[in-house]
Amino acid sequence: MVYLTRKCEFSASHYYYNPEFTEEENRRVFGKCANRNGHGHNYTLEVTVKGEVDSQTGFVVDLRELKEILNREVLEALDHRHLNQEVPEFAARIPTTENLAIAIWDRLESKLKVAKLHRVRLYEMPDLFVDFYGEA
Amino acid sequence: MKAYLTRRYIFSASHRLHCDELSEDENRRVYGKCNNAHGHGHNYALEVTVSGQVDAATGMICNLTDLDDVVRREVLDRFDHTNLNLCPEFASQVPTTENLSAVIFHILKQNFTSAHLEKVRLEETLMNSFEYCGS
Repeated sequence: MVYLTRKCEFSASHYYYNPEFTEEENRRVFGKCANRNGHGHNYTLEVTVKGEVDSQTGFVVDLRELKEILNREVLEALDHRHLNQEVPEFAARIPTTENLAIAIWDRLESKLKVAKLHRVRLYEMPDLFVDFYGEA
Repeated sequence: MKAYLTRRYIFSASHRLHCDELSEDENRRVYGKCNNAHGHGHNYALEVTVSGQVDAATGMICNLTDLDDVVRREVLDRFDHTNLNLCPEFASQVPTTENLSAVIFHILKQNFTSAHLEKVRLEETLMNSFEYCGS
């Protein structure tokens, strides 16, 4: 079993706000992130897939195929977007880094045929990242 | 849905690797330049990984400001710009980065209860790092 990690970057804006909370609760729980004018990040995404190395090609996965899926399913949907307003997963869910990592996993998992998705690692900042392994 | 969140912090400290039970010669042989009597220092990078279910109302495993507060108060305020050999935690153990990562893990385990502490990863330099997940 070999693990392969592909890295890419995208930029998006968001805010954290739960309409079921009062204004005060939103400010207390989410701090500056509750500002509904939004703010943005340069996200770094690391997608790790795993599989046996094909004896003919020497590949775990065709990297071109992985890149195409990443571009289509993740970058086109998220890059230079407002996560709250333009990405359907966040119509009723807060676009935290945790939820964004889960949403990216869900977008990728069903599309990856050759190799198995192992981990989604999403950096919001160089000093903060979330890992999701598809665990319940 | 269980997710893992990692936060990175920086602190600087000095230390000298020296074991009283070893002879001067043995200390020099075992610890090399790290045994220099006057000590030396590092910029440590600490990565703290916590895990838990993502809360449906907040979208978070835990509130990052809670984690930052505990790490600042219990780890950074305690060790940043100190001589580790003089800290009570190292009165009877050598302040190697192995021991320091275990000390930090146990301090955080006691003081941070909002999520499960998975791992402490400590970079001593860009070339070496240590991970401790509890024994």
